[in-house]
Amino acid sequence: MAKRIDVKDLNVYYSKFLAVEDISINIEPKSVTAFIGPSGCGKSTFLRTLNRMHEVIPGGRVEGEVLLDGDDLYGPGVDPVTVRSQIGMVFQRPNPFPTMSIKDNVLAGVKLNGKKISRSDADSLVEKSLRGANLWNEVKDRLDKPGSGLSGGQQQRLCIARTIAVKPDVILMDEPCSALDPISTLAIEDLINELKSEFTVVIVTHNMQQAARVSDRTAFFNIAGTGKPGKLIEYNETAAIFSNPEQKATEDYVSGRFG
Amino acid sequence: MSVMTANTQAAQPTPPSRKRNSLSKGKLPRWAVPATAAGAIIVGAAFSTLTGFSVATFAIYSAVLFVIAGTVLTSVVEGRRQGRNAMWTYLIYGAFLLALIPLASVLYTVLEKGLPGMNSHFLFSSMNGVTGAVDNQSVADGAPVIGGAYHALLGTLMITLWATLISVPVGMLTAVYLVEYGKNGVLAKAITFFVDVMTGIPSIVAGLFAAAFFGLLLGPNARMGIVAAVALSVLMIPTVVRSTEEMLKIVPNELREASYALGVRRWRTILKVVIPTAISGIASGVTLAIARVIGETAPILVTAGIASSINTNVFANWMSTLPTFIYYQILTPTSPTNIDPSVQRAWAAALLLILMVMALNLGARLIASLFAPKKGR
Repeated sequence: MAKRIDVKDLNVYYSKFLAVEDISINIEPKSVTAFIGPSGCGKSTFLRTLNRMHEVIPGGRVEGEVLLDGDDLYGPGVDPVTVRSQIGMVFQRPNPFPTMSIKDNVLAGVKLNGKKISRSDADSLVEKSLRGANLWNEVKDRLDKPGSGLSGGQQQRLCIARTIAVKPDVILMDEPCSALDPISTLAIEDLINELKSEFTVVIVTHNMQQAARVSDRTAFFNIAGTGKPGKLIEYNETAAIFSNPEQKATEDYVSGRFG
Repeated sequence: MSVMTANTQAAQPTPPSRKRNSLSKGKLPRWAVPATAAGAIIVGAAFSTLTGFSVATFAIYSAVLFVIAGTVLTSVVEGRRQGRNAMWTYLIYGAFLLALIPLASVLYTVLEKGLPGMNSHFLFSSMNGVTGAVDNQSVADGAPVIGGAYHALLGTLMITLWATLISVPVGMLTAVYLVEYGKNGVLAKAITFFVDVMTGIPSIVAGLFAAAFFGLLLGPNARMGIVAAVALSVLMIPTVVRSTEEMLKIVPNELREASYALGVRRWRTILKVVIPTAISGIASGVTLAIARVIGETAPILVTAGIASSINTNVFANWMSTLPTFIYYQILTPTSPTNIDPSVQRAWAAALLLILMVMALNLGARLIASLFAPKKGR
C-alpha cells in the first residue's frame, strides 16, 4: 500500500513568482516525514505539490519531477484526480462537509465520486475508518448527526477518517494540529504514529517538539528573505536534525536562536 | 453551585437602601422621556389647532417638539454627548416610523378595499360572459358581483412557473460559470457587466424584446403565455445570477479543496458539495426573484395580451395575469356606467397578488431554514 515519493529538482511557482526552489527529497514509505521551517518558507506550498493540490490555486504551476514509486505525478497525461485519490490530504483547519452527517463525511470520498457501495460494506468502511482515526468510540452512537457538531479535535480526526476511507498510499498533513488544544493534539499525534504502519505520512508543522515526537525524518526549509524563494536546507533523521544538525541555520532554528 | 450562591450572597452588603444610587447621579429619571413625549404631543396639538387642525401638522409639530425638547433636556441633565446620542436615536426611530407609514397604509387600503370582493366565487370563476349588462344588473339588484379572477390567477401561476423554469437553470449555470470556472477571466467580466446592464432593463423593454423575438419566429400577433414567460425570465435571470453568485462565493474554499483532495472531480465537487452547501441561499434568492416579477404588468400586456376566459395553455392564445387583470378592470371597467363592480374586482385581485407575494417571501424563509446545513450534536 504505502508508496515512496522521490522529488527531483522541483521549482514551484505562483504565476511568475518562484515560491520554492530546487527541491530534491526522498520520502520513505511507511514512515513519518516532518517539514519544519519559519512561516512563508514554502513548506505548505511544497506539500501541496505532492498531490497536485497546488495547481488548484490560479497561477499555480511546477517544474521538475515528483515520482510516486517511480511514476511521475506531473507526467503528460496524468489525471490530477487519480493522483489525489492515491495521495490524501488533511488540512490545517478541520473542514468536514457541513451538509453531511458524520457517516456521510467518512463515505464522502466514495459517495461524491458516485461509486455504488452496499449498505454493509459502507457500514464496515465507516467503522474501520473511524476506528483507524481513533474516533469510533466517541461517535458510534451519533453517526447520523452532522459532522459540524463535533469538537475541533474530533472534526480533525473525522477529516483523517475521511482521508483514510479512500485508502490512499500517502497521507499529507498540513499543520493538522495548529487549530487544536494540547489534548486533541496528543490524540492526533498518537494517531499519526499508528498510521505509519500502513501509510506514508508527510506532515508540515510549526511545532518543533511535535516534529521531534512524531517523525522519523525531518526536513528543514528556510527562506533568505521576503520575496526570495524557499529552499530545503537540511534533510536527515529526526534525531540528527535536532541533536546534531549539519547546517548552522538548522541549528539556530531548532535551538530557538533563529534570526 | 449552591456554595457559590451562598458566598455571593454573603459577600453582598446590606440590602439596598431607599436612598438614590450614587452611580445613577446625573441621569434623567425613567419617566422623563415619556413625560417629554406627552408634553410634546399636547403642545403639538395646540399648535396644530392654531393653524387649523390636521393629523399631518399635528404629527409633524409633535415630532419636532419632542426631538428638540428631548435633546435639550438630555444635554442639560446628562451632558452634550448624551444629548447628541438622544437626538440621533430619536431621528433614527423617526425615520423608521416614516418608512413604515406607506407600508402600513398600503396594507390597510388593500385589505379594506379588497376584502369585500374576496370570496370563493371571485377565486374560482373567470370573467367569461361577464359583460357590462351583468354588472349593471347586479348593481341595480344589489346582488353580489359576478365574475372573478380565476383565469388571471391561473395565468399568473402558469406564466411565472414557465419564467422560473427558464431562468433558474440559465441563471444558476451562469453563476456557477462565473464563480467556479470563469474566475476573473475576460468572458466572466463581460458576463458580469451584461448581467448588471440586464438588471437595469425597464420591464417594458423586456416585454418588447420577447414580443419582437417571437414576432420574428412566428409572425406578428404571436402573443401567448410562453412569450410573456420569456419576457419575465429576461427580468429574472440577472436577479437569479446575482443571488446565486453571492451564495456560491461564500462557500468556503476549504470545502472545495477537501473534496478535491479526496480525488473528487470538479463538476462533482460543484454538484455535490458547493451547491448543496449554498442551496438554502440560492432557493430563497430564486423565490425573491419570482416575487419580483410576479407583479409585472407592462411586459405581460405586450406579450400575452389580455383574456377574460380561462386559458391554461401557455403555447396558444392570449392570457391574463393578476396585474393585467387589475389594470384592465380599472382602465376599462366592464360596465362604463357602473364601475363599482370592476373596482371591487381590481382591489380583490390586488389583495390576492399581495398575499401571493407574501406567501413567496415566507416560503423563501421556510426554504432557507429547511435546506440550511444542519446544526446539532
